[in-house]
Amino acid sequence: MKIIVCVKQVPDTANVKLDPETHTLKREGVASIINPFDLFALEAGLRLREQAGGELQVLSMGPPQAAEVIKQAIEFGADGGLLLADRAFAGADTWATTAALAAGVKALGGADVVICGKQAVDGDTAQVGPGLAMRLGIPQVAFVKGFREVDGQSLVVERQMDDGFDVVKLPLPGLITVVREVGEPRPPSLKGKMRAKKYQVPVKGAADMGLDAAQVGLAGSYTQVVEVFAPQASGEREMLGGAPAEAGAAVIDRLVQAKVIMVGS
Amino acid sequence: MDYFLSEEQEMIRDLCRQIAEERIKPVRAELDEKEEFPTELMKALAQADLFGIIIPEEYGGLGGGCLENVIAVEELSRACLGVSTTYAASFLGAYPVILFGNEEQKQKYLTQIASGEQLAAFALTESASGSDAGSIQTRAEKKGDEYIINGSKQWITNGGEAGIYSVVAITDPNKGARGATAFIVEDGDPGFGYGKKETKLGIRASATRELIFNDCRIPADRVLGREGMGFVVAMRTFDQSRPGVGAQAVGVAQGALDEAAAFARVRKQFDKPIITFQAVAHMLANMAIQVEAARALVYAVARFIDSGAKDTSKVSAMAKVFPTDMAMQVTTDAVQILGGHGYMREYPVEKMMRDAKILQIYEGTNQIQRNVIGQELNKEYGRKK
Ligand SMILES: Cc1cc2nc3c(=O)[nH]c(=O)nc-3n(C[C@H](O)[C@H](O)[C@H](O)COP(=O)(O)OP(=O)(O)OC[C@H]3O[C@@H](n4cnc5c(N)ncnc54)[C@H](O)[C@@H]3O)c2cc1C
Ligand SMILES: Cc1cc2nc3c(=O)[nH]c(=O)nc-3n(C[C@H](O)[C@H](O)[C@H](O)COP(=O)(O)OP(=O)(O)OC[C@H]3O[C@@H](n4cnc5c(N)ncnc54)[C@H](O)[C@@H]3O)c2cc1C
Repeated sequence: MKIIVCVKQVPDTANVKLDPETHTLKREGVASIINPFDLFALEAGLRLREQAGGELQVLSMGPPQAAEVIKQAIEFGADGGLLLADRAFAGADTWATTAALAAGVKALGGADVVICGKQAVDGDTAQVGPGLAMRLGIPQVAFVKGFREVDGQSLVVERQMDDGFDVVKLPLPGLITVVREVGEPRPPSLKGKMRAKKYQVPVKGAADMGLDAAQVGLAGSYTQVVEVFAPQASGEREMLGGAPAEAGAAVIDRLVQAKVIMVGS
Repeated sequence: MDYFLSEEQEMIRDLCRQIAEERIKPVRAELDEKEEFPTELMKALAQADLFGIIIPEEYGGLGGGCLENVIAVEELSRACLGVSTTYAASFLGAYPVILFGNEEQKQKYLTQIASGEQLAAFALTESASGSDAGSIQTRAEKKGDEYIINGSKQWITNGGEAGIYSVVAITDPNKGARGATAFIVEDGDPGFGYGKKETKLGIRASATRELIFNDCRIPADRVLGREGMGFVVAMRTFDQSRPGVGAQAVGVAQGALDEAAAFARVRKQFDKPIITFQAVAHMLANMAIQVEAARALVYAVARFIDSGAKDTSKVSAMAKVFPTDMAMQVTTDAVQILGGHGYMREYPVEKMMRDAKILQIYEGTNQIQRNVIGQELNKEYGRKK
């Protein structure tokens, strides 16, 4: 089985601060780590490989120093990886990110199973997994919390829901995103650490994968982050009384009115 | 202090420290309280390749020696001796195979030990035979191409949990010390079973259990080395493993020092942190001196053993006795520095003190170690005349 795990390098969220002047994330001096959910994705991949055999590659898009997360994945037991690093990728939204990652999956020779974390702790959109599946034209199941059956043709997985879980059969090739219940990440291994030390992370840019610079990065993005800010606490508050169901409905109404949430048709 | 470790040795230390901090520390109190075997932690150590440290590379290990072993054991012991005893006992069971196994035995057993698929154990002690190992009664009789083993072994670490047992039994009662033989016994061998599981003062996460041989039948190719070499196998094994017990002592003492020093800086009495009282600071200073001296001895002896030195009984015994006496003292002092807090289960030092005691007892009591050192001195000074 060919497994590709997507891992993103993120700032250590425990220590991220917003610059009050520029409203951007203060990244200087903040350690970079593997997106915590991607450790679960990696653990899921390692368990799949243990069960089904085969090979596990990690894929990351990010600046050159993101090679670190690929090396780290090798410490945990990944067989190899690919870093997508190119100035052209900078400023990517989720749409442009999936364009690059889809090309990366192909550059790695495709996969039977692509595994993503549930979401990245900085961007937090949880869109990249499903978006990548769409780009690759393969089915996807998000929020996977466990495996039931594994064979070459399909995966039977448990999908975390608010009120329990679904059991879903995913024909392969397919993509899953995983939640932490999928299993506690193992420690790195000694042999992995020794391999990682020597491992030269392969790097590809947009042109190497036949991507037009206009498709990726800021140029290929439909959304642009204009401002990031910590909302000011206004101090205003309103108490809603009544039975829980009524009070709940009233809260929804207020939030819709304030355009904090939208109710779809 | 810098012990000029190789890059690989530092990697082992860092990885063990990481596992100790992230995985062992959060669960050690509960494992101790429930006297629960650390199955999950052993799986994590296996995934981290740590069971392969001393196993030769051709059998799936990392090919390290005594120094690599003591580095790993020290770090794990800093967090929990119960866990590190379980881990180290697998190597105690593996050494006879490493040192005396034939190619087939190594292929079969060392690969399983290196991957952590199976734990190993070493079984010498019996109810009537502790320090006087030569008085063991368990019999192994050759019948055709099998040995039939009868008897029992007492207080065997990893008993009931291990899959592979290095067992010493008497094959010829008339030959004295040359009448014993070491065998490999597998979990599930006909006639092999487990008896009483002990409840203990310390190292409660580790399993200590009786092994029972009731017409236990094993194929004749399970002999380690040759018939009659049983005690040689045991002694050479201890020569390798005793610095590991010293490393356990260094680890638990370091853990106790860490706790005591941190506590003494924040605990205030008479409006001052208690570390500012010279009596407390001097206790901490003595603890730190002892820990570092013990570590230096253990590392030096481990390096000496790894150099291929022939006669290491004396220094191996030293590398067990000094650190383990030190650990008992340092863990007791740590409880003293924490005062009433130190006596409470909410703080880790009372467990460290309970745990440390075993180090002066198993793998040969410290009196027996001094006997060994004394005998060696007698020989040395006899020769010098
Ligand atoms: C503060 C902030 C605000 C942003 N706002 C927006 C916005 O409004 N709209 C928008 O489209 N983009 C936005 N972005 C950019 C965008 O979030 C990311 O750059 C990128 O598209 C990944 O999305 P995500 O971080 O939300 O990942 P998610 O979709 O949350 O990540 C899910 C999984 O996808 C995989 N993955 C994600 N990124 C990568 C990668 N680079 N390499 C490998 N695997 C990866 C991982 O497995 C991860 O666990 C924002 C970024 C930041 C930091
Ligand atoms: C938790 C635990 C785990 C163990 N694990 C194992 C294991 O995995 N495998 C195994 O084979 N054994 C194991 N043992 C057994 C251990 O090695 C013995 O307990 C130890 O060798 C001492 O034997 P004894 O307890 O019978 O004490 P005894 O030999 O009865 O000694 C009692 C006291 O007399 C002293 N003494 C005895 N003879 C002399 C002498 N000649 N000179 C001076 N003093 C002497 C001793 O030092 C001790 O203080 C374990 C024991 C414990 C408690």
